[in-house]
Amino acid sequence: MNGAVARQPAWRRLVGFNLLSGIVLGIVGFYVGWWLGHQIHARSLEFFEDTNQNDVALMLGYIFAVLGFLGGLGFANYPLARMVGRGRTHVEGETQGVGRYFRLCTDHKVVGIQYLCGVGLFFFIAGLNAMLIRTELLRPTPQVFGAGNYLTLVGLHGTMMMGIMTSGVLGPFANYFVPLMIGARRMAFPRIESLTFWLLMAAGTILMTTLFFGGFPTGWTGYAPLNDQANFGFDSYIFFFALVGISMTLLGVNMITTIVSMRAPGLTWRRLPIFCWGALSTGALMVLAAPVLIAVLLMVAFDRGAQTSFFLASAGGSPYLFQNLFWFFGHPEVYVLALPGFGVVLEILPVFARKPLWGYRVAVAGIVGVALLSFFVWQHHLFVSGLNSSLRPFYMFSTEAISVPTGLVFLAGMGTLWRAKIRYTVPMLFCLAWFFNFFVGGASGVFLSDVPSDVATHGSFFVMAHFHYTIMGGLVFTFFAAIYYWVPKMFGVMLNERLGKIHFWAMFISFNSTFFPLFALGLMGMPRRVVTYPSHLQPLNVWVSISAFVLGASMLVFLANVVYSLLIARKPAPHNPWDSKSLEWQTPTPIPANDYERQPTIDSDPYEYGIPAAPPEPAEAPASG
Amino acid sequence: MNEPNHFRRIVIASVVLSAIATPIVVAVIAPNLPPGDSSSAASGQVYDNTVLFGIVTPIAASILVFFAYSLVAFRRRADGPAEGLAVRGDERVSVWWLAVTTVIVIFLAAFGTVELADAGAGGGQGPDPAFKPDGKAMPVQVIAQQWEFTYRYPTYGGIETAHLELPVGQQVAFHVTSLDVIHSFWAPKLGVKADANPGVDNIAYVKPDEEEPFEIHCNELCGLWHGYMFDTGQVVSDAEFLRWIHNQQRVFAPAAKVLPKYSNHYFPEPDRRGG
Repeated sequence: MNGAVARQPAWRRLVGFNLLSGIVLGIVGFYVGWWLGHQIHARSLEFFEDTNQNDVALMLGYIFAVLGFLGGLGFANYPLARMVGRGRTHVEGETQGVGRYFRLCTDHKVVGIQYLCGVGLFFFIAGLNAMLIRTELLRPTPQVFGAGNYLTLVGLHGTMMMGIMTSGVLGPFANYFVPLMIGARRMAFPRIESLTFWLLMAAGTILMTTLFFGGFPTGWTGYAPLNDQANFGFDSYIFFFALVGISMTLLGVNMITTIVSMRAPGLTWRRLPIFCWGALSTGALMVLAAPVLIAVLLMVAFDRGAQTSFFLASAGGSPYLFQNLFWFFGHPEVYVLALPGFGVVLEILPVFARKPLWGYRVAVAGIVGVALLSFFVWQHHLFVSGLNSSLRPFYMFSTEAISVPTGLVFLAGMGTLWRAKIRYTVPMLFCLAWFFNFFVGGASGVFLSDVPSDVATHGSFFVMAHFHYTIMGGLVFTFFAAIYYWVPKMFGVMLNERLGKIHFWAMFISFNSTFFPLFALGLMGMPRRVVTYPSHLQPLNVWVSISAFVLGASMLVFLANVVYSLLIARKPAPHNPWDSKSLEWQTPTPIPANDYERQPTIDSDPYEYGIPAAPPEPAEAPASG
Repeated sequence: MNEPNHFRRIVIASVVLSAIATPIVVAVIAPNLPPGDSSSAASGQVYDNTVLFGIVTPIAASILVFFAYSLVAFRRRADGPAEGLAVRGDERVSVWWLAVTTVIVIFLAAFGTVELADAGAGGGQGPDPAFKPDGKAMPVQVIAQQWEFTYRYPTYGGIETAHLELPVGQQVAFHVTSLDVIHSFWAPKLGVKADANPGVDNIAYVKPDEEEPFEIHCNELCGLWHGYMFDTGQVVSDAEFLRWIHNQQRVFAPAAKVLPKYSNHYFPEPDRRGG
């Protein structure tokens, strides 16, 4: 069968259910919806005829485009076949060759690599937007893009990062390695696993189409009633985030089900790799938070397309409703971004410290505690909004309380370094940087959670510095740690160590030099998302911009490393280059299609490193802060 | 194997670094940071920041010392053993850590609440403020719209001005509202920040202490010209304020006839929607 596929002429291989058909049907679907929307509106409101401000047409266009895209990829085949009484029609997953990366594939290893490339693509697009933003901010008055395009860039950067990167670690690495770590051979719902990826790609593409429709001026928060007033470029924001929300919910369901019910014999909760705890908690947050986002965006879509007034104060609605719903999703969302990072750091640390994970239960309590508390803090985003002033002390307390479980994660990490034998590999450097970045982010969070301090810093560049330290410093650094750590298993090739270290130091230094001054800019009175600023703030802004460009250049070092290592040098990776005791490294490289020939059984946690201490040692303990 | 007492070294270094850094940060750096001491709210925020710096600095110093020490002392040496010490945790350390962080958090929350009780620390508190200042406050309405602020003085006949002037030493209650989308009234030097929501009367208290001009920014993304929505206000002496406001009353007398009646909020365009 495989041989036959390989012998077919090129054009024949392009026909069928794959990405190409998906794109073609997606475009066809878009115009069908567009036409339909104009039919509807042309009859009811003559005003909309021949204008390009027809929200309904655009929304229908997006809906039909997504349906066409998924249909072209073949997502309808299995349900339809079952409806007419047939079984699996086609080898959906187990095709070989490069082609399987461009179609619906149910192999979790293929989906992991699809995710890595897809998420990486949008990460670089969004990063490029940041470069453009910083270019504009070189001058105190707009010289390059102008106010409208600047806001679109800000919105695109924020929305894409916050949306796509929710799957930044879970998509590539949890999909790939959780089944391997728990000895499961596959995820619980392989078709849904593939669906989450292709939904994310559809979402990202839809967000980019906002450029054809005038962009959107709302930033990633899309507050009402500004979102009602925005022109129809905003519809792409709605559909982007709604699709991301659906993708997140499904990804979360898949993670939870897999980890809860598919662990190998002997893999008790006390032995589960800590990365799986991170994935499990993140999955729980996704399942509980993302549906709220989908609901609120549906209401926004109705406000815009069907003239309802959920969020319009002048017609009986409430803008506070939007803010509450949005941040009820939005705060767990930022922990959806941060928690996988906790898991990655604590997973990688023992390997290079050559020690067992210190305080396994402490680490789990930290991760789960953060996940639970994240649902009780959302109104700290509304500290000066005028809502519930008497509840402020409560939200101040609950927000500060998050530092207790976060502190436990720090304790577990610091304990693991205690009397270790640290090997400074590239993934280890990225993990150690996490501690620094997240500490700065967390400490600045103490100021933001304290209401009087927050009045001074709320909505300013101080906040922006804070969440870049926690999310970029917390997620993106661990994203790269995970890449350097796991790529040898995923691609069978070692990434170049020297280029990796150049990448790390360039990124770490320029990251701090970019974002630390933003704390000062915020305190000096620079609000977020402004295209102009007082001229006495220019020197600092120029400094930040130049650092940001260096930060962007450090990403080019990474790309050069990828191209050099994967395409040119191709230094083959041993099956366990880091000498890890974790289950996923015990497989041969490349991993066989079926993962494990025999069902593995587990009799310990994966952190059996180190030499046992001979006598019990009194007074040996990490410093407490 | 003769291990030095790492723990004692780290504790001593942490104490020394904290003892050096904390006074410098608390006495020299933090009190001189913005927003300064131009008003009751601003100096309250600076005091708050100073106390928080006092807590964060020793923690940061200890963490820094721990990592600096560990990354050097616990690195793998070419001639040394390859594996670390197989300790899997320590109940005592975990409990102490948990207790210390919990106490810090409870202190932070209690301290923040006490500070917040001082008239809401300059933050917008909505139509029914939980924390009010002592004595009477002069109401000043801030009306935000795309993309400018205007101000009404209900105690002076509800006139609307394009410029904000405040008498020094007088407790002011800003009533912040919006005519269209959400804006945010931020006067960094005064330490005042309150979102302007359509249909909402968002009250923030402040007592300006210095006669000087101050910047005003819109602090919530409000559409295309958000970046241009800034203004300058002025704190002046009582006599000068009265002179200015009477002058404004005279200048805007014709406009006063067509202004809508002073109200906590306005809906200039009743929406046709009903849903």
